[in-house]
Amino acid sequence: MATAPAANDNARPSRLGPFLRSPAFGLVLVALLAAAPAAAVLLGQPFWLTMATRVAIFALAALSLSFILGQGGLVSFGHAAPFGIGAYAVLILADLGFTDALVAFPVAFLAGALFSGVTGTVALRTRGVYFIMITLALAQMAFFTFTSLSAYGGDDGMTLWARSTVAGQKWLKNDLTFAYLAIGLLALFLVLGNRVLASRFGRVFRGLKENESRLAALGYDAYPVRLVAYALAGGVAAVAGALLANQTEFVSPAYMAWQRSGDLIVMVVLGGLGPLHGAIVGAAVVLVVEETLSHLTEHWKIIFGPLLILIVLLRGGLIARILGGRRG
Amino acid sequence: MNTTLLLVQTLNGLQLGVILFLVAAGLTLVFGVMDFINLAHGVQYMLGAYLTATAVAWTDHFGLGLALGMLATLAAGFVLEILVYRHLTGRDHLEQVLATFGLILFMTEGVKMVFGASPIAMRTPEILSGSVVLMPGLLYPVWRIAIIASGLGVALLLWLLVARTRIGMLVRAGSTHAPIVSALGVDIDRLFMIVFAFGAMLAGFAGSMAAPILSVEPNMGDGVLILAFVVIVIGGIGSIRGAFLAALLVGLVDTLGRAFMTDILKLFFANSSAAKAGPALASMLIYVVMALILFFRPQGLFPAERR
Amino acid sequence: MKLKLAATVALGALLASGGVVLGTSAASADPVKIGLVSTLSGPSAALGVHMRDGFQLAVKELGGKLGGQPTEVVVVDDELKPDVAVTKVKALLERDKVDVVAGVVFSNVMMAVAKPVFDAETFLISGNAGPSPLAGKACSPFFFSASYQNDQNHEVMGKFAQDKGYKRVILMTPNYQAGKDSMAGFKRHFKGEVVDEIFTQLGQLDFSAELAKIAAAKPDAIFTFMPGGMGVNLVKQYAQAGLAGQIPFLSAFTIDETTLPAIQDASIGLFSGAEWAPSLDTAENKAFVAAYEKEYGVVPSLYAAQGYDAAKLIDGALKATGGKVSDKTAFRKALAAAPFKSIRGDFKFNTNGFPVQDFYVVKAVKRADGKFATEVVAKVFDDAKDAYAGDCPLK
Repeated sequence: MATAPAANDNARPSRLGPFLRSPAFGLVLVALLAAAPAAAVLLGQPFWLTMATRVAIFALAALSLSFILGQGGLVSFGHAAPFGIGAYAVLILADLGFTDALVAFPVAFLAGALFSGVTGTVALRTRGVYFIMITLALAQMAFFTFTSLSAYGGDDGMTLWARSTVAGQKWLKNDLTFAYLAIGLLALFLVLGNRVLASRFGRVFRGLKENESRLAALGYDAYPVRLVAYALAGGVAAVAGALLANQTEFVSPAYMAWQRSGDLIVMVVLGGLGPLHGAIVGAAVVLVVEETLSHLTEHWKIIFGPLLILIVLLRGGLIARILGGRRG
Repeated sequence: MNTTLLLVQTLNGLQLGVILFLVAAGLTLVFGVMDFINLAHGVQYMLGAYLTATAVAWTDHFGLGLALGMLATLAAGFVLEILVYRHLTGRDHLEQVLATFGLILFMTEGVKMVFGASPIAMRTPEILSGSVVLMPGLLYPVWRIAIIASGLGVALLLWLLVARTRIGMLVRAGSTHAPIVSALGVDIDRLFMIVFAFGAMLAGFAGSMAAPILSVEPNMGDGVLILAFVVIVIGGIGSIRGAFLAALLVGLVDTLGRAFMTDILKLFFANSSAAKAGPALASMLIYVVMALILFFRPQGLFPAERR
Repeated sequence: MKLKLAATVALGALLASGGVVLGTSAASADPVKIGLVSTLSGPSAALGVHMRDGFQLAVKELGGKLGGQPTEVVVVDDELKPDVAVTKVKALLERDKVDVVAGVVFSNVMMAVAKPVFDAETFLISGNAGPSPLAGKACSPFFFSASYQNDQNHEVMGKFAQDKGYKRVILMTPNYQAGKDSMAGFKRHFKGEVVDEIFTQLGQLDFSAELAKIAAAKPDAIFTFMPGGMGVNLVKQYAQAGLAGQIPFLSAFTIDETTLPAIQDASIGLFSGAEWAPSLDTAENKAFVAAYEKEYGVVPSLYAAQGYDAAKLIDGALKATGGKVSDKTAFRKALAAAPFKSIRGDFKFNTNGFPVQDFYVVKAVKRADGKFATEVVAKVFDDAKDAYAGDCPLK
């Protein structure tokens, strides 16, 4: 479809480009993020700690979306559903007496993967905008299901009275420990994600985005490959949701509203749709800009909106150009 | 009594469907002709309601206000096309999503700054307020009848326009064979500008018609946008006929579902659990319908011929 | 549960030990910082705008000072998203180091932010939301409400329906927790028959389906709770369906000055339960309504009134402690005495931090100047306490 601007992309290739696109740079980004909590404590700015944790959590969710969207071309408009399901897994397990993260987080992963796996069997039959809309529909069903769970606060949501324990220890009560758990999980899934993408499975999955028919001719069936990737992404999103539940100590259906799915897409697209760690940049930019602007003025959206438009019109500007490679 | 209720609810469903069609028509055309995802289409609906309400208050005359409001919405459509949309045609869908999302944020906040966060009022002319007796025991608001009538009228006009005029022919051709139409010397950019602004006006018209029964507030376009997307996807993108039928389907399913779901469940389950599950199930009904339709017809009911 | 109890006991012990942390002279040199949490975007922004404006009007009238101290009000928008609210409240506590957190329009936001605020041992003054857990079992020594407990305005309408002798009533609320609480509150004093309980979708635009049902059932009255835009839609459609003159319309948080400018004539004569109305006859109230209309050009709503009272409450308590909040025991004691003149007239605090106050039935009228407002019809409860105070372990 698009034609002319492609040349523009290659006009001034950044010398840094190859490094910035490499998995190693992803680790540099995580390391930078990891420096924030320490700096927060040293400089007596506890709010940076909260912010860094939130960035890590949303970066993880965006990373899982980037895995299917950026690499596989599957534009899910329902990614908030597994994200919220992860949060509810923590709440419901705590209610049943299982407060340990060693139980809650794996269960959250499985619940998210199960939801995405099952809904994926339906959604992956469709393509393009039909896929976008069917993932929205399935997520809306999940949303309305959770709003009707009056035992868990219904639409209001419910307070999680304590953070998860780890092997019975209340380590996560400490915000610093919790921040490093979130960042650690982000690093873990970044490395794992890149490993998967580099594997044979990952190469096929990425290849499907570029040319499905060629891979079909080579004997690869698109459907099971996509389904597995889609389920994995759902599981990772659920882990991010479990982290959010613990950070805010509150769980609500608002976590899986369609606006939240939209936010995640914005983060991924802003991050450039390229390598997975673009999602980290996207999440950080959205959250930090939002926080900074909303601190300046109540009407911050009047600035943020045109900013998004400008970023697109200037062809992704710095972020996408440096990390980019989205058009290959 | 039950048939009366069913009849009333069917009319209500029809009325919602007509509003959805007016919004979806522009959306599906812009999508079909230019392959453009415009998330900010709901903003046009909101803008139409605000501009008409303001014009009606200013002129103190409904018809005049409506006409002025429509002109203003059309003008707003042209301005947005020139400032933003034309620079996004041919771009990746996701970039269009990002940019038009930014436009939603900007326009919504802008309207809030100008008109305030509180909903504003819109008066209806005397003859169209109140209710009429359609049949014994069936009282129905005149305004809703006006919505249904004007919506069906616009649908008919639109059909004539698309099926019988030169520009309609170009639109149809553009939606399936854009490069060829372009090669034949048709200025496709101008075509897009017209289609876009016209679609914006239709959405604005829907907003104006909905304004007397709905709360006119800056976020009123968001919910409608999602429903309009549901409609065009069910109908098949680019198909006016599909959008029309899908809009009526969604309107009827949603209204009838909300009206009777709890009662239907009560036939099978205990009262209290039916009262709890009913509304939740009714809320998700249109999504269930959409998922089912896409499961069996992954391109919607009336897929356009290309791709 | 055990944990909560332990926390409450621990807090009590801390308070009893009295001013462990001594914020000495430095505190009075710094300006007082108030974090004002409100919903300023999305469909319900009008409520939050009123509450914020009411609060800031009071601060302005006091010369930018609360308790005689220079005051900085940091306003944040919770966007009606619980996790966003928690993040922004943490920013208030950790970055801005506010002395008091005030505001909060919606109960789900209140429940989400309560824990971090209490954990930081900071006082939380509600400008609107009054969820039942905070009034009962999960009450906190750091919480005071300048508004009401959520059930109370619904109870008012239930009592009113009972007093009017209505026999058959239909209840209609959105399908969420506050809606269910609303019905429970209404039924606490209404002993007649509830013909039907209709739950609608939250944020629903079109009530034609429900209105047709109501018209068919012909009840003596309907009671509804439809905050914000939903209420505007419902009332407009209620009038158009020809029900307005026929079936009495009882409501809570549906007909108020945030929605009246949009509903206008369709609202006249509809009833609502409230603890305040612009027409309340106190000198303070008259001054407040006049000042608010002059400043913002619109008639204040109960959210504005509560915001105004919240600021006055903080002002009074700060005056009593000499501008210090560092001595938590002293500040709590000062707040609990409700050291201000409420524009509602009678106002004192119960042991759970919720007000003991009067409640009224109000109805919408068109004033002589053409603006729409609510007006007191009758007092329904005198010095009313909420139903949950007994469950609160605080003394």
